[in-house]
Amino acid sequence: MKKINELKMVFDSRSVNESFSRVAVSAFSSQLDMTVEELGDIKTVVSEAVTNCIVHAYKNTIGKIYITCSVFEEGIVRITVRDRGCGIEDVEKAREPLYTSVGGDRSGLGFSVMESFSDKLRVRSKVGVGTTVTIEKRICGKTK
Amino acid sequence: MPVTLKFRNGTLTAFIKGDIDHHTVPEIREMIDDCFVSTENAQTLVLDFSDVTFMDSSGVGLVMGRYRLASGKGKKLRVDNLSRRDYMIMKMSGIEKLAEINQRKEAVK
Repeated sequence: MKKINELKMVFDSRSVNESFSRVAVSAFSSQLDMTVEELGDIKTVVSEAVTNCIVHAYKNTIGKIYITCSVFEEGIVRITVRDRGCGIEDVEKAREPLYTSVGGDRSGLGFSVMESFSDKLRVRSKVGVGTTVTIEKRICGKTK
Repeated sequence: MPVTLKFRNGTLTAFIKGDIDHHTVPEIREMIDDCFVSTENAQTLVLDFSDVTFMDSSGVGLVMGRYRLASGKGKKLRVDNLSRRDYMIMKMSGIEKLAEINQRKEAVK
């Protein structure tokens, strides 16, 4: 695949940045000719991944969230969301629909939603080191 | 204000406005719960999503939490005017087996 553009950003794991990050990534990706639906898909997956960093990886502390968004000539967007938080002990379990480690009003659907609105989802995690979530989405665009 | 509440004929309707995410949910939840708990005559709680501009899975958590609150009091919960996407996300939780959820009628352009 041939990369045609790339965005890198680092920001604090503050919940106020959830809307900023999803809007920033979707705005950058929109250089590919995208439908409103596809833009919405990107906003949704970024929002889920960033919320996971805030709620789980850094819990009640503030750390940095690293996002890379690459756009490929073939009409693919690859988004990497990385943290240096607590890491996930059992990734398989974390990806199960409706599983949540924190309870309360968390739905446990974060990874399921990311999966259903993207084409590829990879989760790499190491306890005490951090987690990297890579999402790929093929953009069909307005001109099919 | 992200929520406007109206009580009529035994139904308390919460009109939610703007984005629903992990950041905005606490204020939305508090406004709904405060009013619902103090409105004892409300037999049904309706969450109206007409003016919701974005929702992620935090919105599902909000709805499931309100379902638990309502059913614990023997009351009903209904969700109206979900966008196509939000309806899809909602259904991933299976909430439609517990509470009525309705999709928005999209404007024909």
